[in-house]
Amino acid sequence: MSAQEIISKLPYSDPFLFVDELSSISENEITGSYLFKRNMPFYDGHFKGNPITPGVILTECMAQIGVVCLGIFLMGDKLGENPKIAMTSTDIHFLNPVLPDEKVIVTSTKEYFRFGKLKCHVTMTNEEGEEVCNGFISGMIFQ
Amino acid sequence: MSDTNLLEKLKTIVEPYVQNKEAFSTISEETDFINDLKINSANLIDVALDVEDEFDIMIENDDMDKMLTVKSSLEVIEQKLAEK
Repeated sequence: MSAQEIISKLPYSDPFLFVDELSSISENEITGSYLFKRNMPFYDGHFKGNPITPGVILTECMAQIGVVCLGIFLMGDKLGENPKIAMTSTDIHFLNPVLPDEKVIVTSTKEYFRFGKLKCHVTMTNEEGEEVCNGFISGMIFQ
Repeated sequence: MSDTNLLEKLKTIVEPYVQNKEAFSTISEETDFINDLKINSANLIDVALDVEDEFDIMIENDDMDKMLTVKSSLEVIEQKLAEK
């Protein structure tokens, strides 16, 4: 399955799609990127006069690239028309802020995919190669 | 392996995922993982994977569907151990 096919199957759209590109995909690992544009609405309030990308949004970006995109690839032909998915746990550590107009690169490594649950170790870096956040994210698919 | 021994091992595996600690303190064969111990369905999968590692057995989809109570889990483990 191509990167474009995977992105087209994502159940998100603007303003809650946080995947721009997928640069490599395999059974065990996926890498993708996203640019946080300056005009995104949450920057007005997080924080007042000091825009920084919220950790929950970084977590969502890591989950969409690292768990959902990889999950769609791993499901392949077995993926139904309207699969129900859910994030089931996160354990993330934040090391550096992401400012407006910064691009992030997400790399995710599969821990396991069993009984519909995909658990991954996910790392986000900025364009300077500095680690922004990392940790474990799990999600489930209910067909 | 005796039944009490199996139960003790299962309790050790289950404990980290338990939300209702009070129900865990009175765990019995009749205890239901989801309704009594409030383990969520995603963590139930972790219980099954930890059971696989502890007993060196392979849990299949059908087994997973059964592993909702202490009793049925012990039955699955005993059956898999007997097949080894």
